[in-house]
Amino acid sequence: MIIDGSETSLRKFLSDLPPVDQVGAEARAGMLATRSIKTTSKAWAIDMAISMVDLTTLEGADTPGKVKSLCAKAVRPDPNDLTVPSVGAICVYNDMVKIARTELDAIGGESIPVAAVATAFPSGRASLAVKKLDTQDAIDAGANEIDMVIDRGAFLSGQLYQVFEEIQVIKQICGDKAHLKVILDTGELVTYDNVRKASYLAMLAGADFIKTSTGKVAPAATAPVVLVMLEAVRDYFTLTGKKIGVKPAGGIRTTKDAIKQLVLVKETAGDQWLTPDLFRIGASALLNDLLMQRMKLRTGHYASANYVTVD
Amino acid sequence: MSEFDYASAPESKAIANIASNYGLFIGGKFVEPKQGKSFNTFNPATEELLSKIGYADKTDIDAAVKSARLAYTRVWSKMPAKERGKYLYRIARIMQERAREFAVVETLDNGKPIRESRDTDIPLAAAHFFYHAGWADKLEYAGFGNKPKPLGVVGQIIPWNFPLLMLAWKIAPALAAGNTVVLKPAETTPLTALLFAQVCQQAGVPEGVVNIVTGDGVTGAALVNHTDVNKIAFTGSTDVGKAIARSISATKKTATLELGGKAANLVFEDAAIDEAVEGIVNGIFFNQGHVCCAGSRLIVQENVADEILEKLKKRMSLIRVGDPMDKNTDLGAINSKEQLNKIHEISNSGDAEGANRWSPELKLPSKGYWYPPTIFTGVSQSHRIAREEIFGPVLSVLTFRTPGEAIEKANNSMYGLSAGIWSDKGAKILWAARQLKAGVIWSNTFNKFDPASPFGGYKESGWGREGGRHGLAGYLASEAKVSK
Repeated sequence: MIIDGSETSLRKFLSDLPPVDQVGAEARAGMLATRSIKTTSKAWAIDMAISMVDLTTLEGADTPGKVKSLCAKAVRPDPNDLTVPSVGAICVYNDMVKIARTELDAIGGESIPVAAVATAFPSGRASLAVKKLDTQDAIDAGANEIDMVIDRGAFLSGQLYQVFEEIQVIKQICGDKAHLKVILDTGELVTYDNVRKASYLAMLAGADFIKTSTGKVAPAATAPVVLVMLEAVRDYFTLTGKKIGVKPAGGIRTTKDAIKQLVLVKETAGDQWLTPDLFRIGASALLNDLLMQRMKLRTGHYASANYVTVD
Repeated sequence: MSEFDYASAPESKAIANIASNYGLFIGGKFVEPKQGKSFNTFNPATEELLSKIGYADKTDIDAAVKSARLAYTRVWSKMPAKERGKYLYRIARIMQERAREFAVVETLDNGKPIRESRDTDIPLAAAHFFYHAGWADKLEYAGFGNKPKPLGVVGQIIPWNFPLLMLAWKIAPALAAGNTVVLKPAETTPLTALLFAQVCQQAGVPEGVVNIVTGDGVTGAALVNHTDVNKIAFTGSTDVGKAIARSISATKKTATLELGGKAANLVFEDAAIDEAVEGIVNGIFFNQGHVCCAGSRLIVQENVADEILEKLKKRMSLIRVGDPMDKNTDLGAINSKEQLNKIHEISNSGDAEGANRWSPELKLPSKGYWYPPTIFTGVSQSHRIAREEIFGPVLSVLTFRTPGEAIEKANNSMYGLSAGIWSDKGAKILWAARQLKAGVIWSNTFNKFDPASPFGGYKESGWGREGGRHGLAGYLASEAKVSK
């Protein structure tokens, strides 16, 4: 262990982290955005990106019908082309977990995990007791992954150990039943130094994935934020031998955006992170753009939006 | 799972209309050299012949200087400053319009990655013309007296590392101040200067205001020694700079000289490590290290040296070396066989003197001139690789224990062009910047250029400044010094 679990050792570890230079981090991310991904690499990247999509619906207006149709899309994103891979996961609110799990199992999507947003998503403003129940409820309903939010208020007011303990408690509930993704909500943490600190805090507390955003706060998964998080998982691996995943979510809408994310992964954490086990993209509209670009690569021309399914 | 290797993404050559041969640009026209001699320019990445270039000798230089003198006395010095400015704006806009063409020609002739010519060289060159266009009619407010006057005819000699950008650094301030110019591009990279001559024609710049003469060192010497040249502006090696200084010493000619460098890049323990590693890479591997202000000496605090070096090696393994025309290439070709030999020679002395060489595993193309990104650790101040300018992708790594020692090592050089400071502590940065004997100091960044910012060195790195108000001063005279 690189910390002994005490508040002192956590604080010392986090305060010893090197700073992030904002200008430098943004310049590096900006340079990587100029990579030109063509032909065979583009085809590979599109299929990889599809298999990394956490297909998401997190609306107050979500219904069983909407969730079921999302499940169908997740299993067979393009009904006209069965060579298109299934997506990485379905991501829904707690009360939709059972519906999603049952539907996926019924239509051949047994291997697609269902992720539930828990711990008083998106604000995280509830008591620990409620957050624990929230998580337990999702797991009981069959969730394979828990996307928890950290208490940003506690983080920003310096109560780092409280945030740490909260993640530990949720991790314990997840046990071996569910993977834990920890949402930092980087748009509310604001600085890259905070993003780096929160990334390490989450990893030390037991996160399997660190995730940028709830999707409810802008800016969300900006390239420099993802860069800083990828540096964190890369260096954490050097330190501990453990590979932690990264999930950008929010604002990734086009194939170009998605490919830029994969370039960031390749040139920061490395090729070994280019798998749905270690990189996911939280999105909804993105999937159709990926499908349309895939068609364009195969046929040489753009189809109208009516050639992909709305959900 | 297949790997995400970037498929080749080459920029198209179609836009570059490189003629099979070029004459000299004198008096607004392309003319054949009087002796009819020529030399070849090659693509250093493929060794393919690009074009035959006219070789200017003494008589051609004389014709070019005469044409510049005539243009100066009859047209350019009499033209209202506002009108001069319009020509500069016009040049800048045309350069932007033809940016892709310039970038492709630059990369073919020089060997630098298209990403750099496209994103750095050409935009900065255009920016220099825009910036100086603004000065043309405001010279009396620049702080050089009420009526600053041009010097007359300026001879300019530029290097091969940033051919068009160095042309812009030279020509833009000279013209803005009201001088006319005779410019000699480097022997291995004449093409963008000749393309620029076409831009002058397109912009309707009066005949003789800009003259481009191509050739080698003998051509350059003829320009330096011409009796009707009022000023020499030179960027290149310290040896040639010294020779120029000697040959004009008994004349009334003035000179600005931008010469060599061996910049110290100081990394303190409190630096933002990941960004410092990026800065080290950018400092030495940008433009194949063919940069006079390259951060070729990494001086890193000993207690973070291992961490920095481990990260630096990982990062260097990601550098994409190869076809400069590929949009994803990070490190292109060495500009010439001669330069490659020089890099080999000095680097080999590093092995012989006991430093430890490291390069990432990679396959270099079989044709063309290439050198892998290389670092030497265990370097001491007495090694040649710590003292001499290599002008290639080779970094010497030294360590220090205290801030005082860092400064001492950094300043212990015959050069003093640039330096970098990496620290998260503002007070430390300001303290270090005051101690460093270097003309340009970057903090938490490297190789950043702006037309408004003066550039130049201490000690054997040169005389004078280029860019900004300080650079303008080098092209203006007080009332007493005005030329005939």
